[in-house]
Formats: sequence, C-alpha cells, structure tokens
Amino acid sequence: MATQIFSAIFVIIIGVGGCVAYFWGANKLLDLIFPSRGVSGTAAVNNLRRQGLVRPWLFVGPALIILTIYLIYPVIATLWLSFFDRGGTSFVGFANYEWALRDPDLRNAIMNNILWLAVVPAACTFLGLIIAVLTDKIWWGTIAKSLIFLPLAISFVGASVIWKFIYEYRGDGQIQIGLLNAIIQHFGGQPQVWISLPFWNNFFLMIILIWIQTGFAMVILSSALRGIPEETLEAAVIDGANPFQIFWKIMVPQIWGTIAVVWTTITILVLKVFDIVLTMTNGQWNSQVLANLMFDWMFRGGGDFGRGATIAIIIMIAVIPIMIWNIRQANKETGGH
Amino acid sequence: MAVATGNSFASRFGVHIAVLVFVAIWTIPTLGILVSSLRDKDQIVASGWWNSFASSSQTEAGRLPAASAQTQKDGKFVLEGNIFGDGVKRNISAFGVKAAAPTQYPAGTSADLGDGVTLQVNADGSFVMASPKAFEGDRGQRVYYASSAPPKFTTDNYQTVLFSEGIGRSFMNSLTVTIPATVIPILIAAFAAYALAWMRFPGRALLIAVIIGLLVVPLQMSLIPLLRLYNGVGTFFGVPSKTYLGIWLAHTGFGLPFAIYLLRSYIAGLPREIMESARIDGASDFEIFVKIVLPLSFPVLASFAIFQFLWVWNDLLVAMVFLGTAPDQIVLTAKLNALLGSRGGNWEILTTSAFITIIVPLIVFFSLQRYFVRGLLAGSVKGG
Repeated sequence: MATQIFSAIFVIIIGVGGCVAYFWGANKLLDLIFPSRGVSGTAAVNNLRRQGLVRPWLFVGPALIILTIYLIYPVIATLWLSFFDRGGTSFVGFANYEWALRDPDLRNAIMNNILWLAVVPAACTFLGLIIAVLTDKIWWGTIAKSLIFLPLAISFVGASVIWKFIYEYRGDGQIQIGLLNAIIQHFGGQPQVWISLPFWNNFFLMIILIWIQTGFAMVILSSALRGIPEETLEAAVIDGANPFQIFWKIMVPQIWGTIAVVWTTITILVLKVFDIVLTMTNGQWNSQVLANLMFDWMFRGGGDFGRGATIAIIIMIAVIPIMIWNIRQANKETGGH
Repeated sequence: MAVATGNSFASRFGVHIAVLVFVAIWTIPTLGILVSSLRDKDQIVASGWWNSFASSSQTEAGRLPAASAQTQKDGKFVLEGNIFGDGVKRNISAFGVKAAAPTQYPAGTSADLGDGVTLQVNADGSFVMASPKAFEGDRGQRVYYASSAPPKFTTDNYQTVLFSEGIGRSFMNSLTVTIPATVIPILIAAFAAYALAWMRFPGRALLIAVIIGLLVVPLQMSLIPLLRLYNGVGTFFGVPSKTYLGIWLAHTGFGLPFAIYLLRSYIAGLPREIMESARIDGASDFEIFVKIVLPLSFPVLASFAIFQFLWVWNDLLVAMVFLGTAPDQIVLTAKLNALLGSRGGNWEILTTSAFITIIVPLIVFFSLQRYFVRGLLAGSVKGG
C-alpha cells in the first residue's frame, strides 16, 4: 500500500510538473530567441512582433495537439473504420451498415434508445421544473434542493448498486429486502424480478438516470426562474390568473431557451448511457442500448472494430443536429468574438 | 416568486408535503446503502434495512444432543441443555420439530411429540426433552426455532471490503487517475482559453467553433481509434498499452473542450482595462496570464476542477478501455462493477463498496457546491 501511495505521488508530480515545465520553458525560450529587452529599438519592436506571432501557438499548441489526437482524428478514423472489417484491415463497403439494418440486437438497442430519449429528458426536465418552482416557495427550499441535487455527484455504477438494492428480489416465501418488493408485498402484491421483465425493465433502468439528472435540470431551471421579471408575475396575479395559468402561460414561455438547453444536454447524455445498462443487466432481457452494444462489439471475441465503429457512427448521427444547433447558438451569443 | 400561487394555508401546506415527498424519494435510496453497509451481514438478509433498528427475527435449525447424553430423572429419560450451546444467546419465540412447521409451538410450552415424548424449549434456548423409553441413536432430534436478535451495527464490512476485497487498493488507483487527470487539463485549457480570448491570431474563430462542436461529440466516437492507437504504440515501443499516463491523457482530451469553453467565456469577460494597463507597464502575455488572469479566474478554475474531478472519479467507460483490470490498476467504479458480477448476492460487500466509491464525490460536492453550481450554470451546453 505504501509503495502504491508513493509511486502515485511520484507520477502525479511528474505529470503535473511536466506540464508546468512546458509552458514556463517554452515561453522562456521564446523570450530568449527573440529578446525584446536589452536590444536596440527597432530590433525590440521586430522581436516583439515575432513573439506575438508565435506565442498564441505556444499557448493553444498543447490543447490543439491533444484535441487532434483524442477527438478530431478519432472521429475521422471511426467513420473510416466503419467501412472496414472486424480487424480494420480490409475494405467492406457498406456491409457493416447493411448488418446494422438487419441485426435484431441492434434494432432492439435503437428502439430502447428511442424509448430512453422519449422518457428521460422529458421526465428530468418536468420534475426539475416542478421541484424548482416548489422549492422556491418554502424556507427550507435550499436544503431540499441540495438533497435532490446530491445524486448528481454519484457515479452511474454507484447509483446502479443503490437501485439494484431497491429492486432486489428474494425467492417466494423469503423476506424481501428490496424496498420496492417489500412495499409491493406490504400492499398484497406479488414481488417481481423487476430488471428481467422485458420492456418494463427499461423503465426501471431509466428511473436511475432520472434520479441522477433531475437535480441538474432543477438547478439550471431554478436559476432561470429567478431571472423572470417580478412585474410579469405581479401583472398576471392582478389580472386574476390562477397558479397553473401563471406557471404555464407566464413562467414556462419565458424560460423556453433554458428548457431547450436542459433538454438537449440530457438528450446527449441519454444517447451515451452505458454504465447503467452494463451494471444492471448488460443488455439482457431486451434492455440493450447503443453505447453498451458498442462496448460489447469492441471486445466481443477479440473485438469487431468495424461493427463497433458503425454503432458509434449511429450515435454520432443522432447527436449532429444538436451539435449544429449549439454552434449556431454560440455564434449568435458571442457574435463571433 | 411568492406571488405566483395562492397563499391559502392549504396550498402552502401542500407545497411542504410535496417537497418532502420529493426529498424522501431522492434521499432514501442512498440512505438504504449507508444503513446496510453498517449492519451485520446476517441481519442484512434477515430483514429489510428500514427495519434495522428493530430486532430481526430469523428461523434457524439446531440439533439436540445424541442419546448418549441422556440422564434418568423421576423414571424418565431426559435430555437437557441449551440450543445455543456456548454461542451468542438470542431470544426464541417459537419452535418446532418439522421443517414444514418450524414455529409450531410457542417458546416455553411443552410439545407432545407422540409416544409420550415431550420437548420444551424456553425463550433463553434451554430445552428439556423427556421420554418414558430410553433415547436411541447417535443423531439427536432436529429442532427448528424462530429467534430474534437485537439490532447489530458494525464496521466489520468496511474492514473486509477495504482490506480483503481490494477496494482500498482501488481507492488509491482512483486517486492516482483522478488527480493528474484533473490538474493537467486545467493547465492546458487555461493557456488555450487565454489565447482564444485575448490574443489575436489567424484561425481563432474557427478554432472556437470547432471546440464548441467537439463539446457534444460522444466519447464513443473516440474509443476504437484510440484503442488501436494505444495498442499500436504499445507494440511499437514494447511498452504496456494500458498505463496511467495513457488514461490521464485520454481524460485530458475528453475534458478539454468543456474546459476551454468554460474558461474562455469567463476569461473573455475579465475587464479589458486591467490587461491593457499591465501591457503598458511592459508585462508580456505570459506574465499577464500568470500574474493577473490566473488569480482572477480562480472561481471558474475551481468550477471546472470539481466537474472534472467528479467526471473522472465516476467514469467507468474510459477506465475499462484504457486501464487494465489487475489489482494495481483497477479503479473503484470498475472494481464495483466486477464485484456486482462476482458478489452479486453479498449485499454487505456491495453496499459498503458502493458507499466507499460515492463518499469522496459527496464530500467534494457538499464542500464546494457553490462552485459546482456556478460551473453548471455557465457550461450547461456541455454534452459530455
């Protein structure tokens, strides 16, 4: 244990120190090559100009290199690999995509992903909005929000264990130690193995993600609600609007932009959902999703990179509209600055 | 906001109740594993954790001594003793001699077993079995009984999990992955963000657009080419392909778009006058960055650090692809996933391990919630 701790500290120092050394050293070097102090006027101006040409690239250089290796190159390579066979060596044209159209597992995963997309973002946004409105009205609202926000810090694997314990099923006649089955038994129902019930098990997995993400929606929407001008609400009250009218007709329309952001953020998260399905069912009992299926193909029988890449492309295609919308929004906001 | 609803007592009361219900739903699941992780492992399966403060009852079986232990008393053959022997005493509520009816007789009553044989088991476990004829055979009578044990809380589970299940080691591994994977992207992103916000160079606008586009690119798009690249580099140089350096760089790459986006929008909002007056005083960009921009950007750096820390600590996918599963590399999330497979029914192990994996994020989260929320609000276009 002690050696592990020391080697960990050692590698941490090396890694972080190397980074600091680069930025400090590279800038020092630039100042040495093109000195701006202690040289004659024109030389100093020229050197300053040269420094100005080089230095931005010293600053963005490491980021650019890492982004290229870890994101830009892989995106192109994945597209490329999706036209190749399992080892990534021989060109197979659209064979992987034809397989994708026919494969029952993949179809099941796509249908489940659509189900997740239909339920989770809507549920999180809706619950988040309701909780945000309600907690704004009570004195202990901040504490309540903190507690509802808390699952956001919990890993998907941790959350899966937490909920697996709730869905736990013990055989007939045994004491049910899972909360859900205990409640059902208490009210005279029949305990079930919830996560192996085809179709419905999807919803039991979705509950985990909703439980995690509602806090996110709540915090963002709560801050948007605070930004609503008080006068619009007062005017509505004077005009005799009831609370529901105020909520749907005054508050919601004013925060549409924020609702859209929350919705799309959770949508992207849902497209990538992996850990929950892997740990709860590993795609058994018709609960497969794209990201888990892709992971499966990456390592199944030594790995089929062609099919794995094809599944990644399918996920990417679903993300592209959101990506374009984001870039447009950002351009509008910053005006290109 | 208070004007938004009717202020009748009933509606205010309703709001309190509704929020209470939400809070209960959102906290009870976590409470369940915390309580369970502190319970005795036999009690976890004997009763639901919500009953953990009540005595738990369970049905057990024991065997009376063999015939050789009998004594003669008042013309009868008698076997006496205590079912629990020298073990922990529990409270017996009922007993029986058939598996189908393990609680046929209340404790303290005398059961008629036929042929004049009687058996009495008392609440403290003492028993008397009497028969007009001598007992025979070297296997004693089977006895079933329902006993209740007082609630028992222990930290044994934590000891087991930390030191013999490998969770302690994984905890160190997680720290080894997380700390550099949090610090390195901050450094790299801060320099890039400053350049993108305050330095003029060709291609800057394009670079910003690319970074915003990369914000939402799913991690899945990167995995296969990077796996091939890592394997290729490993083979070419004859080094292992799964290393801590490899995963730090991977996490750095995946965290960079969000880091640059978040930091750039903050640094771009710093007052222009400060930068310009420093420049007039002869400060270089490097000096301005280190002496002015970094200290002023502390809140946003803290926001990103918390984000990245939580994201790396909680990550399973990247760790499973880029790190090995040997004890010296497996991180907490991957270990927990492995335990789910190998220790599926051992809830004392699972709940305790789960609680250890979530305790660090919870502490970070609660102590630095302010920065976390600020980052969330500033960067809510982030997809991954």
